[in-house]
Amino acid sequence: MTTQFQPELALWEDTLPGAAHWSFVMKRGTALRLTDLEGGANLSALFYNAEEKLERYNMADTLKAQHTAHLSKGFVCYSDMGRVLCSVIEDSCGWHDTLCGMSDAALVKARYGEASYQAQRNAMHRNARDSMLIELGKWGLGKRDVVANVNFFSKVSADDAGNLAFQPGNSAAGDFVDLRFEMNTLVVLSACQHPLDPNPAYQPRPVKLTAWRCGTPDAADHCRNFRPENTRGFYNTELLFR
Amino acid sequence: MAIVASKLDPKEAVYDYTLPAGESWLHEVEQGQTFRILDLEGNQAVDTLFYNAHDPAERYSAVDTIRAQGNIYLSAGSRLLSSEGNVLVIISADTCGRHDTLGGACAAESNSVRYASDKKYMHSCRDSFLHALGHCDCGMDKRDLTSNVNFFMNVPVTPEGGLTFADGISAPGKYVEMRAEMDVMVLISNCPQLNNPCNAYNPTPVRLLVWNA
Repeated sequence: MTTQFQPELALWEDTLPGAAHWSFVMKRGTALRLTDLEGGANLSALFYNAEEKLERYNMADTLKAQHTAHLSKGFVCYSDMGRVLCSVIEDSCGWHDTLCGMSDAALVKARYGEASYQAQRNAMHRNARDSMLIELGKWGLGKRDVVANVNFFSKVSADDAGNLAFQPGNSAAGDFVDLRFEMNTLVVLSACQHPLDPNPAYQPRPVKLTAWRCGTPDAADHCRNFRPENTRGFYNTELLFR
Repeated sequence: MAIVASKLDPKEAVYDYTLPAGESWLHEVEQGQTFRILDLEGNQAVDTLFYNAHDPAERYSAVDTIRAQGNIYLSAGSRLLSSEGNVLVIISADTCGRHDTLGGACAAESNSVRYASDKKYMHSCRDSFLHALGHCDCGMDKRDLTSNVNFFMNVPVTPEGGLTFADGISAPGKYVEMRAEMDVMVLISNCPQLNNPCNAYNPTPVRLLVWNA
């Protein structure tokens, strides 16, 4: 049985300023609400099994198991071991990008110019890849552990010829996505702009994080029954906790 | 889809090897050399990863490649980017027209999710990758396995954000050819997948050729 989010259930909350980076181990049976405070946020995310960090989010397995190229309510994030790291249990946004990766130093410099810490202090220009490497380093991880990531709040669609188009305005102020963690999961986040964001200004937006104890999914769970593949994925995951 | 034929003659190749289905292949291709994968019998998925031969922590990045070219498919002209934003190889010729880089490699664990729990013990691409890395004495292991290219595979994305596994568009004799822009290690699993209709449940060999610059 999953308890949906209510503000009075919050275990803690935190607000990432735009471009900030963050990592934390979310326990099985807890959930995290990501809230786009101002609209137009982008939150790049990577997920690892906290107890065996060689097991990690796998974009390809996530997409092909669910016949999807994006995430929204009902979809789950698969590890490379056929298990579910986390599930999208609520979503006011409707589309989260899985295809476009994250910004790096060269992209941010080319698009927004240089802004060093020496000159700009904490308003310096950060990029998502370096931010991820900083957070991963805190857990003994590094470049070899950076894999294709999720970009929450961002929508990039493909036409029939495969050409990509970033859709501005996908996420408005107050939009949120709720992630339920199905195993103890190292979550690594960067609030830098999406690499295809056409905004010419360096304007990464803040994101609020709110955790609550949601419980584990029962047999009637929406994500578990969303596809027959997910039923098997939850079975594989729950073997870890028998 | 860009169809570009090659002028290279197989008789002049410095390397020519036929890789059976279900086998792995790890080989260095030097900067300037051209590497061809020939689909001998048609619709064979060739799961391929690329690494900087001198620093395998720099490796093929599907998402950076997709974003930089603004398109999800690979074909002639595609520049395959590394995790450091450098060009590993450029597809210089292609008679198939479209290659996938979203579908990844089959694995025992993902097969148990996608098909059925008892498919877990069938041979898979990730087993082939791990077999090659386990024998290479190159310091690489599962950490180095990331989203790969599936040459000759057709995995369309719909405008609504769906993912479909379509019939292959390859055929016997079609090939893809790429020029190495740095010294690269190429890791291939010639896919043994027996559960996916796109190869008519019949994995087949491919021919691998290399020409000097």
